[in-house]
Amino acid sequence: MRCTILTTSIALALLAGPVQAAGKLTVYTYESFTAEWGPGPIVEKAFEETCGCDIEFVSVADGVALLNRLKLEGAATEADIVLGLDTNLTYEARQTGLFAPHGVDLSSVDVPGGWSDDTFVPFDYGYFAVVYDTETVSEPPASLHDLVEGDPAVKIAIQDPRTSTPGLGLLLWMKAVYGDDAADAWAKLKDRVLTVTPGWSEAYGLFTGGEAQMVLSYTTSPAYHRIAEDNDRYAAASFAEGHYLQIEVAGITEKGAANPLAKEFIAFMTGPGFQDAIPETNWMFPAGKTSKPLNPVFDELVKPAKTLIIDAETVAGNRKAWIDEWLSVMSR
Amino acid sequence: MAVGDEPLSTAAPMADRRIVAGVVALAVVAVVIGGAFAGLLAEAGRNPGGAVDAFDGYLFRIVRFTLWQAVLSTLLSVAPAILVARAISRHPRFPGRAMLLRLFAVPLALPAIVAALGVLALYGRAGLFAGLLSDISQTGWPGIYGLSGILVAHVFFNLPLATRLFLETLEAVPADQWRLSAQLGMTARTTLRVVEWPAMRAGLPGIAGLVFMLCVTSFTIVLMLGGGPGATTLEVAIYQSLRFDFDPARAVTLTLVQILLTVLVFAALARLGAVVAGDANLPVSSRRFATATVPEAAVNALLIGVAFLFVAGPMAATVVAGLRADLVRIAGEEAFCAALVTSLVLASISAVGSVLLSLALVKARRALEIRDRGAVSLLQRLAGNGATLVLVVPPIVIGAGWFVLLRHSGSVFAAAPVMVAAVNAIMAMPFAVRAIRPAHDAASHRHDRLCQQLGIRGLVRLRLIDWPVLRRPLATAFAFAMALSLGDLGVIALFGSDSVQTLPYLLYSRMASYRTSDAAGIALILGLLCLALVMAADRLGRQPG
Repeated sequence: MRCTILTTSIALALLAGPVQAAGKLTVYTYESFTAEWGPGPIVEKAFEETCGCDIEFVSVADGVALLNRLKLEGAATEADIVLGLDTNLTYEARQTGLFAPHGVDLSSVDVPGGWSDDTFVPFDYGYFAVVYDTETVSEPPASLHDLVEGDPAVKIAIQDPRTSTPGLGLLLWMKAVYGDDAADAWAKLKDRVLTVTPGWSEAYGLFTGGEAQMVLSYTTSPAYHRIAEDNDRYAAASFAEGHYLQIEVAGITEKGAANPLAKEFIAFMTGPGFQDAIPETNWMFPAGKTSKPLNPVFDELVKPAKTLIIDAETVAGNRKAWIDEWLSVMSR
Repeated sequence: MAVGDEPLSTAAPMADRRIVAGVVALAVVAVVIGGAFAGLLAEAGRNPGGAVDAFDGYLFRIVRFTLWQAVLSTLLSVAPAILVARAISRHPRFPGRAMLLRLFAVPLALPAIVAALGVLALYGRAGLFAGLLSDISQTGWPGIYGLSGILVAHVFFNLPLATRLFLETLEAVPADQWRLSAQLGMTARTTLRVVEWPAMRAGLPGIAGLVFMLCVTSFTIVLMLGGGPGATTLEVAIYQSLRFDFDPARAVTLTLVQILLTVLVFAALARLGAVVAGDANLPVSSRRFATATVPEAAVNALLIGVAFLFVAGPMAATVVAGLRADLVRIAGEEAFCAALVTSLVLASISAVGSVLLSLALVKARRALEIRDRGAVSLLQRLAGNGATLVLVVPPIVIGAGWFVLLRHSGSVFAAAPVMVAAVNAIMAMPFAVRAIRPAHDAASHRHDRLCQQLGIRGLVRLRLIDWPVLRRPLATAFAFAMALSLGDLGVIALFGSDSVQTLPYLLYSRMASYRTSDAAGIALILGLLCLALVMAADRLGRQPG
């Protein structure tokens, strides 16, 4: 059986440590990117075919861990490319001084609001959204205002901004819409919050388990259920104020600047060889051209009336104060 | 013969060797923890301000909540566990007894998210009992979110654990005492007062301390079931300090606060304990005599039944959810096979390491106790409870600290599996020590002098004298350690996890990519695996003859 062969090889690998591949390009990323159902394997194959080289992925827990690891390694990092930071982290990432200009033509990059950064290049994006259960929610909220003021008996599971990226996303969304009145809005929303989970998985588990009728997730979440499970029970609510945008980016490190493959990979990343994998493995929107149209389900998803985003520097400067404000309201 | 535990002079080198082994075990623990702190402190040097800033109103609030929930959880887990353990011990033979005890080892291996979802499947807003509870409360059942949810989940984890450990203390009571109490016609009440309670009381500080540590460091359960950030533990704050603002100074400070709180609670708990005088006689009766009267048996049956239902309920929910998954497909997947093997290999290594380290500590503590004759030295304290404080050092602190130390060595990848095994081995020590110590110390009381008089030592003593007595507790310790390691998510968030994709890892990553039903299937398999391990340990530990 396969298991026995694996047993031996894994036991050996654990004893000896992984063999260093004769890698030419080292890419640091987050785990769900390299999971066997994630985009990693497809991207790796496609790029290795064109470049005749070897990509080595190093995956850490998530985007925040990615930045922390890079900070700790400093200039000694092995990474040529760091892939998987989001727009809330780019300011701090730039401050490390570890990134080099990418020097890649951005004309094929397509994200809402356009993109002109000389250090980071987007590879996908998504919008935060309140996803609800159509079987238990007859009148979904039509705006963030509706969500805040709505029936406290209809509950939402959200994530903690202290520990989770979507949690921080909702915090910023509320801030973008309510500004200085965000604290009051949170005080009202509090009654509808079933619980605040440490990460996305716990909240989504509560939602699909029927504990909460709504959950903070992405506009693309229903696409997964429809395409992979043929299930149209879950839908995202379209909010009149607009939806908060999350763009995921990659950058070339100072070390990678000396490796011609790094630039080649970033250019490849903006094209179909990479982008084709994004929609149905990362369940985000592609940030560049794909070779064929997306599954029609993606066209039926919520199209935000307006794109909301707070720039990375403002987020970095205010995150602590905003989280403290959130804490004091929510802990009451 | 009445001169206490005075060692004979010829045995002195023997005792020294045991102490040396204990010191080595302590050193291993110290290196793992000390290394992590050293790494973080080196990094904290760049921005030490976080250490001072840590002391604010927020810290005060979460310390209060952390203590409050942990004390309540400990009380609610330990007090019933004493009753249940005694009830089980009063009936050495009833159908399903062995299976019940095996089931009681399973919650330990369940990742917190699985247990939380299992508990909610019964008591949540949409839980099995929601309809009934709504009818009773006349309003919609809001679910158990809040302190009550945290407590229910903590009792689910810790009641079975404490029960098994108390049972271990009862089984270490010399058979002669049971025989004597039966011969003297002692009532259940008198037996409890004279025989059972002193034995359990001796174990109480250790067991309560262990449960307290597990509850103090609770993270996922507290956030998920707590209903909001009002329910925040120190562990959450430590994690927070190593995330968005990577602030090692703050993390180290908060960890020290957590350790200090635990030491204070340990000191308070130590007052509840008692030292039982060991029995230096050889046991002449083979087994104990069951003497429960019919009314007592009825009460015991009720206690055991309620405890069983409480623990089995969320597990049954996990099984039901798991059976809905496509188990055949999951089991056939390469990633699953790889994770299964990785988990088993790492957990076995951790469990062996944990049992060896624990045995060394237990032996050293006993040797010191004999040597120091009543005076409790610092070394003895360290060998007793000190090393178990490792449980309140958050995995993320150990992981981040060691990453800092190893980052430039080029061996970060190779270090990841070693880290996971070492940390799991050490984290499981508090459990293993609790399982081994009662039987070991009781045996030491009975056999030490005789062995010295007869000149039995070394391997011969191990084979003839110690192994038969320690076999069962060692197997229990092994099973606990392995179960704990199986359920552990590891410490390697920064390391790059590619070489250590364990089953809980796979479970979480399936959940993180919408594959909830796959995750439920993996949870079921994880639980079954743990059950199988515990059964194997039982078989291994069965007394010959």
